[in-house]
Amino acid sequence: MTRKQKRTLWRIAAAAVLCVVIALLPVEGLWRGLLFAVPYLIVGYDVLWSAVRNILHGQVFDEKFLMAIATLGAFAIREYPEAAAVMLFYQIGELFQGIAVGRSRRSIAALMDIAPESAVVLRDGQEEEVSPDEVRVGETILVRPGEKIPLDGVILEGRTTVNTAALTGESLPADKAEGERVISGSINLTGAIKVRTESVYEDSTVAKILELVENSQEKKAHVESFITRFARWYTPCVVVGALLLALIPPLLLGQPWAVWVKRALIFLVVSCPCALVVSVPLSFFGGIGGASREGILIKGANYLETLAKVDTVVFDKTGTLTQGSFAVDAIHPKQIGAEALLDIAAAAESYSQHPVAESIVSAHGGDIDHSRIGQVTEIAGKGLRAEVDGQTFYVGNSALMEQIGADYHDCHLVGTVIHVAREREYLGHIVINDQPKPDAAQAIADLKALGVRKTVMLTGDIQKVARAVAEKLGVDEVHAELLPGQKVEQVERMLQSGAKLAFVGDGINDAPVLTRADVGIAMGAMGSDAAIESADIVLMDDKPSRLPLAVKLSRRTMRIVNENIVFALAVKAVILLLGALGIANMWFAVFGDVGVLILAVLNAMRCLGKVE
Amino acid sequence: MKKTFKLEDLDCANCAAKMEAAINKLEGVQKATVSFMTQKMTIEADEAVFDDVVQAAVKCIAKVEPDCRVILK
Repeated sequence: MTRKQKRTLWRIAAAAVLCVVIALLPVEGLWRGLLFAVPYLIVGYDVLWSAVRNILHGQVFDEKFLMAIATLGAFAIREYPEAAAVMLFYQIGELFQGIAVGRSRRSIAALMDIAPESAVVLRDGQEEEVSPDEVRVGETILVRPGEKIPLDGVILEGRTTVNTAALTGESLPADKAEGERVISGSINLTGAIKVRTESVYEDSTVAKILELVENSQEKKAHVESFITRFARWYTPCVVVGALLLALIPPLLLGQPWAVWVKRALIFLVVSCPCALVVSVPLSFFGGIGGASREGILIKGANYLETLAKVDTVVFDKTGTLTQGSFAVDAIHPKQIGAEALLDIAAAAESYSQHPVAESIVSAHGGDIDHSRIGQVTEIAGKGLRAEVDGQTFYVGNSALMEQIGADYHDCHLVGTVIHVAREREYLGHIVINDQPKPDAAQAIADLKALGVRKTVMLTGDIQKVARAVAEKLGVDEVHAELLPGQKVEQVERMLQSGAKLAFVGDGINDAPVLTRADVGIAMGAMGSDAAIESADIVLMDDKPSRLPLAVKLSRRTMRIVNENIVFALAVKAVILLLGALGIANMWFAVFGDVGVLILAVLNAMRCLGKVE
Repeated sequence: MKKTFKLEDLDCANCAAKMEAAINKLEGVQKATVSFMTQKMTIEADEAVFDDVVQAAVKCIAKVEPDCRVILK
C-alpha cells in the first residue's frame, strides 16, 4: 500500500466506527443528519473537493461529481445513514481497486523480473561492475553462479548449467560449455563463466522481451475498445435517466418528490462503468503477463483475442514440426548385423561434415578408432569409397551402387537412404530422416481436442517426405514442394475461404506468411531478431506443445473478460430496473457499484494464474 | 516521433480512458495511449509540433485528474 492508500484506510476505519456509533445513538431529525455529516466528510472530503474542481473544468459526467450529487442528494431527502454509507463504500471500492491493480501490476512486473541489474566486465584484467548498458560488443564479462546473465554472448571460458525458465517456461536447466551461446536473462546456476558479449544491452534478448511486453498495452482488443466506447455513452445515459426519473413523475403525475428523487439517486450511484473499464484491460494485462511466464510473448491484447478464436493452424514443416536436423530412422542390414553395418558406415563417414554423415556418426555414439580407417575418397554427388579394417567399402546413394554394380534394393521407408557395400557385395542400408519433434504429434492432437478444425502443413520439401511426416503427426492437410511465395498464396486462399488462421513458423524465412496470417506465431525465438520482429506471438523455445497452451491461455482470458462484461452489465441493468420501480434501495446500488467492481477485479486476477 | 511518459497517481481506469480520448483529439497526434495498467502514456505525433502536443496532453490530463502528474524527462 502507498502512503496515500494507508491514510485512506484510516479514514475509512474511523468513519465506519463513527457511523456505527451514531446509528446507535438515540438522536433524531436534523441533529442525526449533522452527526452523520462528520464521518461523511472524514471519508469523502477529497471526493467533494475533486467534484468541485472537475465541474469547474466542465467534467459533468465525472464519477466523483456524480457520487457527490448522489450522496448530497441523499442528505437532502434525509437518508442520512445511506448518504454516509454510500460515500464510505465508494471509498472502499476505490481503495480496493488501487490496491488490486497495484498488486497485479507488481506481480506481472515480478514475472518479468528478468532484467539484469549489473554486469561484471573485465577491462585490462580488472573486474569492473557496471550497468549492463555500458558494456560494449566484444567485451568479456564474468558471470558467477547464481547471477543473471546480463548480455547475450558466447562462453569463452568455463562450463556451467543455465536456467532459462524465466524466458522460455522450460524448467529443465541446460548445460553450456565453451563456444556455446548463452542468452541474457537466463540464470547461471553452477559454474563461473567468462562470456564474450555479442550485442549491446539495448539489442539483447532480455531488453527485446521487456520492450515487447510493455508495448503490448498499446494494441487493444476489440472488446476493450468496445468497452471504452460503451463507457462514454453509459454514464451520460444513466445520468439523463436519473434526471427524467426525478422530474417527470412528480411534475406530470403529481407523485411525491422524495420517492422519485431517491430512485434517481440510485441511478447516479450505479452510473460509473468502472467495473468494466478496470477489469477488461486488467484481464488482458494479466493474460499477457501469465503467458509471458510460460515463454509465450503476446504483442497485444488484439492477438490474444484472435488466437482464442483460431480455427485453422498452419505449420511450417522444417524446424517447426520437425527438428530441422537429420537422424537415423532405421537400419536394414543384409549379411551382417545392424551394429556392424552402422559401425562401418560411421567409420567411413567419420571425417565428413555433411549433416547426413554427422547423423550417422551420432547414431553410432561410441568412439571411432581412426587407426582403422585408411584412405577415404569422395565420389561427388554419390557418396564415398573408404578403406576400413583393410577392406574397401562404398557408402552412398543408389547411383553409387549402380556405378559399382552392387545388387542393391530401395527401401520401403521414406527418407534419405544410405547404401553400404563391401566391394560389390551389398550389405544393406541406413534410412535417415528429419525427425519430428517429440511433442509435435501431441501438440496437434491437443489442438484438435481444443476444437481447432483444421491443421495444415506447408513445406518446400518433396511430396513423399511431407506426406510421411503429416501422417505421422496427424496433420489434416499438407502442401509440399512450395516456394516461399507459394506459402503466402496457400495462406491467402485459406483466409479467403473464411478461416481464422494462425501460422506457426520459425521466423527465419517465413516473415511474409507470418504477417499475412490473422496471427503469426514464431517459435524458437531465443536470439532470433527476425522472428521477434515479424511475429504477433513469439514462443521463446521451439516446442510445438507451447501452442495448445497459448490457445488455452487466450481462451481463458477471453472467458474471464466475457464473464465480467456480462456480470457487470446484468447486475447494473437489474439494479437500474429495480431502482426505477422502487424495489431496490441505496444499499443495492452500492453493491451494484463497489461490489461489482471488487468481484470483477478479483475475477480478472485469475488471468494471472497457471492453466493446467 | 514516438515517446513514452510515466504517469504518477493515475488512480482511475475510466479517467485514463477519458485522457486517451482527449489526447487523441489534439491536433498533430497520430496515436496516443494512456495505460492505467502500466501507468504510462505513449504519444506518437509529428516531430515539428511534438513539444506543443506534449504540453497540450499534460493539460488534458490535469483537466481529467488534477492529482495525476506526468513525468517529463
